[in-house]
Amino acid sequence: MTKWLEQPLSWENALFFTAMAVVFLLIVLLYVVYAILFERKVLGWMQWRHGPNRLGPWGMFQTVADVLKLLFKEDTIPRKADRALFIIAPALCYAPSFAVLAVIPYTRELYFADLNVAVVYYAALSAISTIAIVLGGWASNNKYSLLGGMRSGAQMISYEVPLVLSIVGTVMMTGSMNLRKIVEAQGDWFWQWNFLPQIIGFGVFLVAAVSELNRSPFDLPEAESELVAGYHTEYSGFRFAFFMLAEYVYMFAIAGLASVLFLGGWRPPAPFLDFIPGIVWMILKMAFVIFFLFWLRATMPRVRIDQLMGFAWKVLLPLAILNVFVTAVGLELFIKG
Amino acid sequence: MIRTEELLLNVGPQHPSTHGVLRIVVKLDGEVIKEATPVIGYLHRGTEKLAESLNYTQIIPYTDRMDYLSAMTNNYVLCYAVEKMMGIEVPERAQFLRLIVMELQRIASHLVWWGTYLLDLGALSPFLFAFKDREKIVDLFNELCGARLTYNYMRVGGVKWDAPPGWIDKVRDFIPYMEKQLQDYDRLVTGNEIFLNRVKGIGKYDAETAIAWGLSGVNLRCTGVKWDLRKDEPYCIYDRFEFDVPVGKNGDCYDRYLLRIEEIRQSLRILKQAVEQFPSSGETMGKVPRVIRPPEGETYVRIEAPRGELGCHIVSKGKAEPYRLKFRRPSFNNLQMLPKLLVGETMSNLIAILGGVDIVLGEVDC
Repeated sequence: MTKWLEQPLSWENALFFTAMAVVFLLIVLLYVVYAILFERKVLGWMQWRHGPNRLGPWGMFQTVADVLKLLFKEDTIPRKADRALFIIAPALCYAPSFAVLAVIPYTRELYFADLNVAVVYYAALSAISTIAIVLGGWASNNKYSLLGGMRSGAQMISYEVPLVLSIVGTVMMTGSMNLRKIVEAQGDWFWQWNFLPQIIGFGVFLVAAVSELNRSPFDLPEAESELVAGYHTEYSGFRFAFFMLAEYVYMFAIAGLASVLFLGGWRPPAPFLDFIPGIVWMILKMAFVIFFLFWLRATMPRVRIDQLMGFAWKVLLPLAILNVFVTAVGLELFIKG
Repeated sequence: MIRTEELLLNVGPQHPSTHGVLRIVVKLDGEVIKEATPVIGYLHRGTEKLAESLNYTQIIPYTDRMDYLSAMTNNYVLCYAVEKMMGIEVPERAQFLRLIVMELQRIASHLVWWGTYLLDLGALSPFLFAFKDREKIVDLFNELCGARLTYNYMRVGGVKWDAPPGWIDKVRDFIPYMEKQLQDYDRLVTGNEIFLNRVKGIGKYDAETAIAWGLSGVNLRCTGVKWDLRKDEPYCIYDRFEFDVPVGKNGDCYDRYLLRIEEIRQSLRILKQAVEQFPSSGETMGKVPRVIRPPEGETYVRIEAPRGELGCHIVSKGKAEPYRLKFRRPSFNNLQMLPKLLVGETMSNLIAILGGVDIVLGEVDC
């Protein structure tokens, strides 16, 4: 991949990257289909039931059928909705979620962009989805949607701050914002990875990430028991699917980011496990983070909106800043000095 | 210049957390509730009016459909009222069966509350755990009377069906199982920090207010008033068993939660004693005339249903049908206080408070 990326732009590599993007999109879509199945299975096991098991072996085709159903559903737009915004919102929500995947290095060789400001790029692009959610909530002309959209706006803006700050510690340790360099800088053994020295940062990152993803226990924008379905109450068919898709692709991205920043990316937990290809380790680590998100969903009640905001500003942000401070002092004392 | 205005939001009748077809019209300022008006009547079936043209045995299935999560206690209150008017003696075995099904019903009802309340607060799993355990009780009832929700089990003078062989043993096995499950419930939910933040200090009122608004059941006891009709005005054979009446002290949603869990424990305690003392044989129907005609006059009886004080007022003109039948439904009375409780709270607290009251719309609208 490095070879391709370093070439000047030509018809040949433009075509190559377009083809790669399409292939990758297909892989991501396949992931979404099975992430949903996996989530339902995990929830099922944790709740003494089977989860989907009717369609295909082990319920394998259940989500495929669900997606097909969404495709065939009538496309409804409320008469008093703001048509243009209503239509553009789902696409606007999904596009950045796919775009952020470009900067995540999946193995030493497999990455789609070698960006020096990858972390900033991620934070900036993912903020666009927030705008889309607020737009969708507003354009629906539904009071529940509006409340959901507003909540989402408030929540995502508040949690972006600790999310980015929690990464700063890692960036300081590596001295680079390039995600590949961050992985390279982590040691061979699993206790040399960033999650141990950056344990506060890792904790803050996970909590803020769950909130960024709008997942339980921070799933306030779509709190079904309060706001019916939140910002996507009025959406149906494939427009709804786009919101759903964006949520799961972001989960993919956050899992990738967590693995890269804190869990050693494609590195095996011990040097002698080197014979297993890096992509396998990366997938395992991402699967673990994703499982963690499902696990939370099965066990936690929902946080209240005011407590959620208070938690971001009063607990997470000071912790993240403390982490930056401690990292700086630690680096000065033990590494440089 | 930015101008804000109040948002008029219609919560319900089709809303996931109004537990049926309750509608609350709320005026919101941001997320803060300025005014809340419950609108009821979407499930009104005119049970009381219908009853005026039915004989007493025919009314029993209608009572099933009032508080459909606690059909057994509804059955009982009607039979109890008629028996009191006519002075009918209920045989020992029937008394025990009634008591056992009523306590099982209380557990089942509180389990549904526990599951749905946590679902309202956004926790998915408790709902499934609770229903799985309730299923065991429903299976027991199914074996006893062939129905899973609307039992139509009791009759004036006794119960319709005797317990099938081995049924009492199944109840006996259920008790330790449920005790173990309760520990798991506590571990999963009761200490959860998020849960505590959602319910502690929410929907608070004091004993005086509670009494003034006619609250009963857990909604009253959470303020520290020790009032349980099973103890204070014993009916059936409750005076023969040992159990405690748990009371709270803060009068908030958390106290109501703890009380309901504790009540399940106390019901299990009653069941344990009842199963031991259960008579090995005997009649299940008392001596009842062929046509039930209570003497002219009126009577009012009340019992402790899972949701509070369930009353039945019969006015009889000496005919086979009641002249007037009135149920005091605890959900209806407990719901009255909602507009007062909700003002100044947020949307999320609305759900926590409404769920904490524990209403069944079939009973509110009757």
